[in-house]
Amino acid sequence: MIDMHLPILLIVIPLVAAPLCVLLRQKTLVWAFTSLVCLAALCMASMLLIRVLEEGVVSYAIGGWIAPWGIEYRVDTINAFVLLLVSIIAAVLTFFALPSVADEISGKQHYLFYTAYLLCLTGLMGITITGDAFNVFVFLEISSLSSYTLIAMGRDRRALTASYQYLLMGTLGATFIVIGIGLMYMMTGTLNMFDLSQRLPAMFETRTAMVAFAFLTVGMLIKLAMFPLHMWLPNAYCYAPSVVTAFLAATATKVSIYVFLRFTFTVWGAEFVFEKLNLDVFLIPLSLIGIYVASLSAIYQTNIKRLLAYSSVAQIGYMMLGIGFVSLAGLTGGIVHLFNHALMKAALFLAVGCVVLRLGSSDLADWKGLGRRMPVTMAAFVLAGLSLIGVPLTVGFISKWYLILAALEAGWWPIALLALLSSLLAVVYMWRVVEVAYFQKADDDLNVKEAPLMMQISMWVLTGATVYFGIQTDLTVNVAQRAAGLLLGVMP
Amino acid sequence: MSEIHPALILLAGGLFLFCLPGTPRRMVSVCLPVLGFLNLLTIAEGTLWHITWGGYELTVLRADRLSMLFGYLFHLAAFLGAIYALHLKDRLQIGTGLIYAGSAVGAVFAGDLITLFIFWELLAITSVFLIWARGGERALRSGMRYLVMHILSGLLLLLGAVFYFLNTKSLAFEHIGLNEGHHYLIFLAFGIKCAFPLLHNWLIDAYPESTPVGTVFLSAFTTKTAVYALARGFAGEELLIYIGAIMTMFPVFFAVIENDLRRVLSYSMINQIGFMVVGIGVGGALGINGAVSHAFNDVIFKGLLFMSMGAVLYRTGRMNATDLGGLYKSMPWTCACCLIGAASISALPLFNAFISKPMVMQGVANMGAVGIWLVLLAASAGVLHHAGVKIPFFTFFAHDSKIRCPEAPLNMRIAMTISAILCVAIGSYPPLLYNLLPYPVDYISYTTTHVVLQLQLVFFGVLAFAALMLTGNYPAERPSVNLDADWIYRRALPNGIRAIVRTGGPLVDAFFNGGKALIRKLIAGIRTQHNNRGLFGRSWLSQSNVLLAIIFLAIYLIYYF
Repeated sequence: MIDMHLPILLIVIPLVAAPLCVLLRQKTLVWAFTSLVCLAALCMASMLLIRVLEEGVVSYAIGGWIAPWGIEYRVDTINAFVLLLVSIIAAVLTFFALPSVADEISGKQHYLFYTAYLLCLTGLMGITITGDAFNVFVFLEISSLSSYTLIAMGRDRRALTASYQYLLMGTLGATFIVIGIGLMYMMTGTLNMFDLSQRLPAMFETRTAMVAFAFLTVGMLIKLAMFPLHMWLPNAYCYAPSVVTAFLAATATKVSIYVFLRFTFTVWGAEFVFEKLNLDVFLIPLSLIGIYVASLSAIYQTNIKRLLAYSSVAQIGYMMLGIGFVSLAGLTGGIVHLFNHALMKAALFLAVGCVVLRLGSSDLADWKGLGRRMPVTMAAFVLAGLSLIGVPLTVGFISKWYLILAALEAGWWPIALLALLSSLLAVVYMWRVVEVAYFQKADDDLNVKEAPLMMQISMWVLTGATVYFGIQTDLTVNVAQRAAGLLLGVMP
Repeated sequence: MSEIHPALILLAGGLFLFCLPGTPRRMVSVCLPVLGFLNLLTIAEGTLWHITWGGYELTVLRADRLSMLFGYLFHLAAFLGAIYALHLKDRLQIGTGLIYAGSAVGAVFAGDLITLFIFWELLAITSVFLIWARGGERALRSGMRYLVMHILSGLLLLLGAVFYFLNTKSLAFEHIGLNEGHHYLIFLAFGIKCAFPLLHNWLIDAYPESTPVGTVFLSAFTTKTAVYALARGFAGEELLIYIGAIMTMFPVFFAVIENDLRRVLSYSMINQIGFMVVGIGVGGALGINGAVSHAFNDVIFKGLLFMSMGAVLYRTGRMNATDLGGLYKSMPWTCACCLIGAASISALPLFNAFISKPMVMQGVANMGAVGIWLVLLAASAGVLHHAGVKIPFFTFFAHDSKIRCPEAPLNMRIAMTISAILCVAIGSYPPLLYNLLPYPVDYISYTTTHVVLQLQLVFFGVLAFAALMLTGNYPAERPSVNLDADWIYRRALPNGIRAIVRTGGPLVDAFFNGGKALIRKLIAGIRTQHNNRGLFGRSWLSQSNVLLAIIFLAIYLIYYF
């Protein structure tokens, strides 16, 4: 019975839990409740993925209204994978949240934080699970509005401007998306994605179709922080509370990339997007430029959170590059990197969060001698950083391998070379942190302790995952390969 | 039949060492190579282990005679290194040293290019800590340069592997050859680690900067893994003969004028690898046997020489020929071991290089390549001179430097003694090594011709040294910095440009100044554009963000039409 209703429970439980947090109010109680909900979501998401892998597509008609009249939740390998990712991150981060939130956010706002956190989770999972185009917009707004709140809770007053700017750009992106969806609805009279994919091909020659897709493209590229529409991201990540940064970095842009995949490949179809409109002609150069520009910017940052934020923009470039190849290897690389990057970036931001808790600063200059003061935290930072560079035996290498394979398969060896060389830039910006933390002496003799155990657990679970999934690739690569095959309409 | 991968004991054990306190750590560190070796003995030749990784079938273990030989060798080297490191208090060097050794073992047992690549990178990452362990700005920078070269080598290997896979649909690491353009990527990757001419500077740059223990470890694994990889992938490629011949020849000159004795040994190392590379180029049973057996011997005698120099550095804190001398009184045991090492590297009969180096020479002679043979002969004389005579002479004899220090620590002496015994044992009883070689050996070391030829070489080599010393024509020991091929990329541009500017007049002058200014501007431009205040690094105004989004929309609209 419960099994039947898994897709809707996954959304309803956090959605209902969010206002309950407001009622509970008491700090620890709210935290415990949130953790419970996140763990439940994780269980349900894993069950869902297992079911999808065994049975194929799971379709759920809300309220018994059959699609295309009612809203349909449609789960296949791709979104089950993204759902799992989002729920893993959400669940692991709750452990980190207790001490970190207590430190960074004033006690009166804790229940609001957890409410917004659950709402954001609801929104992100809703975007991912739904098979209805307008529903995507609705959940997009839920997740965005709650993330503006979360970012604005940052200790630094600049968090407010950062949040405001994100609000502006996020709204713009969402508006573009909704205009695109509106035009699609106008043409076909349906909002169900599967139904849209059946009806749209008849409209491919019309200008409306092109306008609709142009709005969608730009809207989605803003939301997923594609270069050069990424400018909202560095500040938002930099000034948000540590937990929020890690959560958004690992999930928000990833879900947006999922939306991009869904709309381009499932709804519109690769043939229209890449053969008729030639989106890849834009996507590949922009991704490459983005990788280089953002990596170079990361090199020159003085704040580590900002540095990592720019690195995120660069990493998004890798994912979009893989997608731009429109091949099985390329999409596998893009999707697997989506998962892998979420793990490593969350781990890195958590390590930064640990340091912020003890030092109160994420300025590079304050990290001198940290290798000796917080060896455990810095070890996690370095390990996750190795992933970012793409060192073998870490997840980063898997992604790199598939991207290079895809580039060479397509015969574009200069792109393969450029992508490889760009990982040297990652070496440089990670090295800057390592050099300061391990090879420079601290200015003062303050006694800095390691972060509390709860935070360490979260951090090491994710860091361990970056190594585990680097060696044991069955889950990630197989699922990504199936997802890529599904998107391209070929079964590997 | 063992269930443990040969590299695992050293890798996991090396990590484990970081958790152990002083005395247990020392005991375990010596036991690990022994355990690894015992485990290795249980692995039968011809064993293959496969795992699936990312949708590919990888061969993580392929045990044949060639890889087994290197497996034994690396365990031996790790064992000697661990003993040599026993006096150390810090855990970094012995820990990373053993993990480094484990990576080398993993690399030689790798049956496919991905596994090879993984261990290849691991070699680079673990070994750089041995350089950094020395501490200080110089070691840090030198280590960085070393790391960059080796990461580059790894990237080339990866790129080559992907090409190889796309063309052959196989990742197996077998004979590759040079018949396809993209095979040169892998060749180059091996070449960097093997210190091919012009790619060799990392070795000269980094090895002498490491700690006494670090250099002993470094000298054993990286280049020998590369020799193994070349022997596996590019045996019988004629190009290697020429590369190898150059490698034997050019370091000789640098070694003679170099003052830092560990740098002399580094040059001499390239020279010895040159012989191995020639052997691989010759190919066939004789060539490969020669190359591999020489690699085996080189690890022992070169390790011994580095150990003795390390002991001197440890006790005196100096490494320049100009600062040393007359140490035979203070460190007689070290001196004796060093002399045995010197005799070995000079390929004196009864010492181990004698049974391997002439094998390579014989291979070349069988091919009828007289020119190459003569080059190798001349290079042998050169080795004799700089490694066989210069090293012990300037350290332990020559003028008395008035340094009085205690003899090397006991553990160092033990490690050196074992190495020295091995040098003599293998040299006097060749089947000890010959039975392990990949191909059956039908070469006889102790023939009259070989012995006489080698003795003549030694005789005239020493004579030349003595004559030059006595007549005062020997290049004086001078504290100096010698430029090697790294001037191409370090002193390089400035000097070349200046020279051209002088001859080419104002036009060229303007051109190059412009070029220099352009590059400087470019870097400055990147910095100003990307730092906190730059276009790409600062926060943008909201309206510019929105404007950009709208421009983008317009671009897409126009483009889609």
